[in-house]
Amino acid sequence: MSAISLNNVDISYGDTKVAFGTSFEVAEGESFGLVGESGSGKSTILRAIAGLGTTWTGEVSVLGQPRKPGIDKGFASKCQMVFQDPYGSLHPRKTIDATLGEPLSVHGIGDRGGRIEAMLEAVGLDRRFRFRYPHQLSGGQRQRVAIARALMLEPKVLLLDEPTSALDVSVQAEILNLLKRLRKEQNLTFLLVTHNLPVVSFLCDRLAIMRQGRIVEIADIGQLKSGKLTDPYSRELYEASGGKTS
Amino acid sequence: MTAPLLDIDKLTVSFPTPYGRVEVVKGVSFTLGRERLGIVGESGSGKSMTGRSILKLIRPPGEVTANRLTFSGIDILSQSEKQMRAIRGARISMVMQDPKFSLNPVMTIGAQIAEALVAHTKLPRREIARRSRDMLEAVRIDDPDRVMRLYPHEVSGGMGQRVMIAMMLVPEPDLLIADEPTSALDVSIQAQVLDIMDELVRNKGMGLILISHDLELVSRYCDRILVMNAGEIVEECVASELSAASHPYTRGLIAAMPHMDETREILPTLDRSQWEAT
Amino acid sequence: MATTRDWLLADSPTSRFQARMGRAYRVTVALLHNPLATVGLAIVLLLIATAIFAPLLAPYSPIGQDLPNRLKPPSAAHWMGTDELGRDIYSRVIYGSRITLMIVLLVAVISAPIGLVVGAVSGYFGGWIDRILMGITDVFLSMPKLILALAFVAALGPGVENAIIAIAITAWPAYARIARAETLTFRNSEFIAAVQMQGAASARIIFSHILPLCTSSMIIRVTLDMAGIILTAAGLGFIGLGAQPPLPEWGAMISRGRTFILDQWWVATMPGFAIIIVSLGFCFLGDGLRDVLDPRQGENS
Repeated sequence: MSAISLNNVDISYGDTKVAFGTSFEVAEGESFGLVGESGSGKSTILRAIAGLGTTWTGEVSVLGQPRKPGIDKGFASKCQMVFQDPYGSLHPRKTIDATLGEPLSVHGIGDRGGRIEAMLEAVGLDRRFRFRYPHQLSGGQRQRVAIARALMLEPKVLLLDEPTSALDVSVQAEILNLLKRLRKEQNLTFLLVTHNLPVVSFLCDRLAIMRQGRIVEIADIGQLKSGKLTDPYSRELYEASGGKTS
Repeated sequence: MTAPLLDIDKLTVSFPTPYGRVEVVKGVSFTLGRERLGIVGESGSGKSMTGRSILKLIRPPGEVTANRLTFSGIDILSQSEKQMRAIRGARISMVMQDPKFSLNPVMTIGAQIAEALVAHTKLPRREIARRSRDMLEAVRIDDPDRVMRLYPHEVSGGMGQRVMIAMMLVPEPDLLIADEPTSALDVSIQAQVLDIMDELVRNKGMGLILISHDLELVSRYCDRILVMNAGEIVEECVASELSAASHPYTRGLIAAMPHMDETREILPTLDRSQWEAT
Repeated sequence: MATTRDWLLADSPTSRFQARMGRAYRVTVALLHNPLATVGLAIVLLLIATAIFAPLLAPYSPIGQDLPNRLKPPSAAHWMGTDELGRDIYSRVIYGSRITLMIVLLVAVISAPIGLVVGAVSGYFGGWIDRILMGITDVFLSMPKLILALAFVAALGPGVENAIIAIAITAWPAYARIARAETLTFRNSEFIAAVQMQGAASARIIFSHILPLCTSSMIIRVTLDMAGIILTAAGLGFIGLGAQPPLPEWGAMISRGRTFILDQWWVATMPGFAIIIVSLGFCFLGDGLRDVLDPRQGENS
């Protein structure tokens, strides 16, 4: 059973089609990178899988269950998302405690205090952050909170939407290390959307490269590391990102 | 070497907070000739504030002090706002991060480029139109006559940023300050925009200050690099020798970047206590 | 005291309660740094105190007639003079604060929540729900406030309660518009998407995530509108459709004093002052609150 499976998925906003016949599979426990530039449709696909206000045609399934539009509690406890902007993804008027407690109270899970403190520790945040407001945190700390919130329901699949592109290089390294460690500890499946190939090289096992709504190439991470991508656009992207052509 | 274009000695920028004044730039000194200087640092390092204070763009309650802040002999700090307007655009230009916010949405691109000339020169209208057109051509816009009639929302981000560069360079300034000029753009367009900027700066023999968080990008397009951290310059080096940087902060930054052929299991992170204690 | 302050301003609060109190303290301190807001706050607090302690503050009964002493100018015995039935105007103004405060509070309590919910629901769902709700709002919004209130009072009959209902009915559409505009700005934000991802129901998202963000602009707007509400209530009282005699409502008092305005100026002027001062107080407080609560001005510092 694959964690995420897309078969011939078309997505459109009104009359404009933004993804054409997209198909790929992500195995359980795998980390898959979806790479492309702005407008390539990579984020749209992620939001379609998440069920966030996008309609599609074709087959999408997560952990063997076909996706229907919308989000129900069963899906929420299996699949969560980390967003791009650490400044926009936390409710400005809620303390970290309230933000992390929300998924627990939605799902009626008890022992809020204990679970929140355990999760803060897991993402490397000190206990004293628990009752702070987001504006008292740095970008990297906010992103740790966002990751903690996504993991509160102990999901199997994590959708990552450019989780480090708004962060400084040194903070990016910390968050990437954290994601890698959590994946190993909790046996998570990652679907990472990014424009940054080196990040994919660090975090992923396989990748798909998208251009203007179409997947142009699905490659193994080894191909990326050794610069052996086959599609001309992939190679262009590879070189523009500082990769050395052999 | 002739007298420097820009001479800065102990530049300090401070802002008031409930806990007293906080210095975001703490006594930065450097000189700039007709060369390409990169200022690298993370958010909060004071790199943008340094760039802005050269143009006196720090608004109160922000406060700028310096032992010396001269631009080709002019003491910037003693200039009035009116005198600064004559310098801004005409002699020092600035390219900002996002073209969406820097271009006026209700003016055509042609009118905005012409505006830069009208404000600072007394050229006949036809000459202004010709120069604007030439400038758009110089930033490799294929059909400049058509693009001049377009509004900013009708062009892509990459083209918008090239228009910005055209606008900033058309009055032929002596110094261009580019603050994260390409971080809002896709990687494949970044190189194109920077190449164009680089070529123009070199051909016209201007000074360039390229402010960015991206070490690699700066080392590719600059002659000299200043690395800033927490309001101070921690390292100054020739761009080609960046890999031999000595300060732990610079080395930490270089190491923290993932590579295309990444084999490390864990990326090294900055241990800030190493130098902040000193 | 320093320890209480430290506790309130702690960088890392240790409980939900402390975090909330710290925030309230910061807002209060910021508000007190604004001189006009402090004046406004003082006036509003004075109004509330006057209303609560009216029996203690008023030297006479507000409705007790004293015909031999009618239309006396302000003196040591009657600080604001007496009216045409010999009633002490000072006492009547003091008791009138109760009616004014009741009108203002009830209108706010009725119209602000209606406006908030209609606006937030409309903005969150969009589509046809939005079109219907905003259509209704626009119908109410397009009619002049006082005329609409007049029509309602005429239909329901004169009296304070009906005046309150009438004013509340005319006040909510403006709040609905504001709440909808605010909701639209963060309906597509990532923190709302994050709650949706947790499987939260729409009602929960609207009530516990969207409404708290609308409330600060709503508090500002309601405070600024208080002056208008007081004036509308006074206007209704003035034309005899609000509070009925012998209730000491300020607008009705001005109306009665109109007859003697040339010879006995104090009868109409004293309640007029009361209206102006209280209206100004709410305006100052509203402006101050806007500076403190508006997320677009600071909040990050």
